[in-house]
Amino acid sequence: MDTVTVNGNVIAWKEGMTVRNVLDEMKYSFRLLIIKVNGGIVKRENWDDFSVPKNADIKVIHLMSGG
Amino acid sequence: MGVSDLKSKHVPLKEMSYEPKELFRGYTDRVLHINLDNNSVNIKNVSPQMKEKFIGGKGYGLRLLWDATKPETKWNDNENEIVISPGPICGITQYAGAGKSLVVSISPITDIVIDSNVGGYFGPFLKFSGFDALELQGKAKNDVIIVIDGVKNTVTIEEAPAEEIDSHILAEQLTEMYSDSPEPRDMKNISVISAGHAADHTMIGMLNFSWYDIKRKKCRLKQAGRGGIGTVFRDKKIKAVVVKAAGVTQDPNHVADMEPIRERGARFAREMKELDPHQCRMKQEGTAHLVNIMNDYNLLPTHNFKFGSHKDADALHSRVWNKKFTQGMNDGCWIGCTMNCAKAVDDFVLKSGPYKGQAVIVDGPEYETAAGVGSNMGIFDADTVIELNFYCDTYGIDTISFGTMTAFAMECFENGLITKEHTGGMDLSFGNIESALELIHQMARGEGFGKIVGLGVRGMKKYFHEHFDADMNFMNDIGMENKGLEYSQYVSKESLAQQGGYAMTNKGPQHDEAWLIFMDMVNNHIPTFENKAEALHYFPMFRTWFGLMGLCKLPWNDVEPENNAETDEPAKVPEHVDNYVTIYNAVTGSNIDKAEMIRQSERVYNFQRTFNIRRGYGLRKHDAQPYRAAGPVTVEEYKSMEEFYDRKMKEDIGVDPAGKSVGEKIAITRKYREDRYEQLLDAVYLRRGWTSNGVPKIEHMKDLGMDLPEVIEVLSKHQ
Repeated sequence: MDTVTVNGNVIAWKEGMTVRNVLDEMKYSFRLLIIKVNGGIVKRENWDDFSVPKNADIKVIHLMSGG
Repeated sequence: MGVSDLKSKHVPLKEMSYEPKELFRGYTDRVLHINLDNNSVNIKNVSPQMKEKFIGGKGYGLRLLWDATKPETKWNDNENEIVISPGPICGITQYAGAGKSLVVSISPITDIVIDSNVGGYFGPFLKFSGFDALELQGKAKNDVIIVIDGVKNTVTIEEAPAEEIDSHILAEQLTEMYSDSPEPRDMKNISVISAGHAADHTMIGMLNFSWYDIKRKKCRLKQAGRGGIGTVFRDKKIKAVVVKAAGVTQDPNHVADMEPIRERGARFAREMKELDPHQCRMKQEGTAHLVNIMNDYNLLPTHNFKFGSHKDADALHSRVWNKKFTQGMNDGCWIGCTMNCAKAVDDFVLKSGPYKGQAVIVDGPEYETAAGVGSNMGIFDADTVIELNFYCDTYGIDTISFGTMTAFAMECFENGLITKEHTGGMDLSFGNIESALELIHQMARGEGFGKIVGLGVRGMKKYFHEHFDADMNFMNDIGMENKGLEYSQYVSKESLAQQGGYAMTNKGPQHDEAWLIFMDMVNNHIPTFENKAEALHYFPMFRTWFGLMGLCKLPWNDVEPENNAETDEPAKVPEHVDNYVTIYNAVTGSNIDKAEMIRQSERVYNFQRTFNIRRGYGLRKHDAQPYRAAGPVTVEEYKSMEEFYDRKMKEDIGVDPAGKSVGEKIAITRKYREDRYEQLLDAVYLRRGWTSNGVPKIEHMKDLGMDLPEVIEVLSKHQ
């Protein structure tokens, strides 16, 4: 099975998988996120279209919010 | 009765005129001291050393409270004070979130210093009236109102027998009474501090700070919620403190250099306009935007922190609050705040209690309230959350403590530790809306089981054990309090750093010192003890700084600059940190950098730790946490995430869970997690310059320039 690693968690990779698919899969609904795929930042406006390569190391950095 | 009739019943006890004093670079360098034992009103000058070491806000509060009390002073002793201090940046209108006051006192539920921050106009108006801080000491014989008139430059103490106690009425009455006219342009110059009926009968009383909303033509209320300061207020028989300002000019602080403040403020306003709709939507939903997010990440407390999510949590989803909140209003709790997150529900018709059937405005709910009086009590009904929010506010009690306390009582009820025989016939099962409402009304009336719940979690544990023979060990495990303060509303079980962020706090488990769950649990950014210790050093110190200044923390990180991702340390939001350094220097004429910012906080933070030690607390044993904060206490909890806990046992502990009973697995997990917490304490104490018993080292205090004789006297006994 092809995989990607998201914040240290290994999940299945699928053909055409986008950053948005990864967020949905991980149930990452928080909005203050910084996303890096293999070290490169993916800007928010590209999350729906950016294809994640197999074996990618994805960092979804959650910032802080709230009182 | 109209306000002129109410006022006619006032009995003047004291009137003092004072010399006006304009602010200079954020300070008046004066403190107003009122003692109700003898109705004395005095003005004290702030010494250069106090200004240098304690800065303002919470720092001033701690300094003044230390000097006013003895180590053995109890919350209800006459010498205990309530100190309100805004800080040097408070009152500017060119940058968001600059209207906060910090309130400190000896807490009725923790017996140590509590500090609580609050919006509303009181803090800025106090400064404009000529004072950097207000000390309230002593006790009145009958209910009094204190009026600080910054227009006439007078301070009066008046017996006031006829006004209402509950805040939503009292704030309106006093705003009208002391305003020059009923016109909004005059009404907005009044701010009122008040509590409510439940503050008379519980240990979790809070203070409402009002501001007049000129668009709605109504008083709004913000809360200094934590630790029972409203209980102290009512014990002193203070009905209200009123401040009247002449108005707000462009530069009441007489800052050293206005231009950088304007420039940073405009930059921030652009971020709010362009980025907030895609980020946290603070302008539409306030902090309530977090409810569904916390549920998604298994961090939303439900059923007394047993679980972190619930199938019915969508009933409290941010889109629900978006519809309930009136949109398109200026909801800043201080002038010029472009974050505008003080959301409100208008024309809410109450279905219970003394105001049943009335349409009222309800400030909030914020995230903590929605989670506290909602999910944590098993209540997934938005209107009930709003109703409980309203009554907590007007009765003068803390929504966070009310939620955690009631959830604890509910779990005790469901486990048979207490029964209907003890509750006066109430079914206290999780999710029982009728009982939750009855409890809060009983607290306001000072009767029934509500009065017992009003003792707080620690008080209830003692009471249930002594009177109902309830199992103390079990209650210690599930009772979500540390140092006597109830936990705020995040599940910390899977974030060791957040466990420290809660239980290692100076005042008790409130998230305003450190919120590290994402950084730790989701991002895996701080895997080692040293990493966690660094975070538990930096963030509590950084966040303390807001409380020294009179600033709100939310504009720091609830919207983030577009290029924040490209910075070296995005979690710190470097551009906003630079804004704060720039603004501080521009207000005060100083020249600090971001390292000195942390040192300013460290001095005060360590002083507060020393204050706790002086009172017989503040040691390692006082940083212990209830096991519910660290892991699954019950079989039900373990089984709800059995696969997860089994996997963690294998991966983290190196023990194969196969063939083991749930009870055995709970015990193995517990031993491991409790040991990890002890290792965390060691690492954090080392990083903070403390001994292994949690005591600041004298050398460290010297390095900070905080080796004051009275501090060294306390610490030298514990080195």
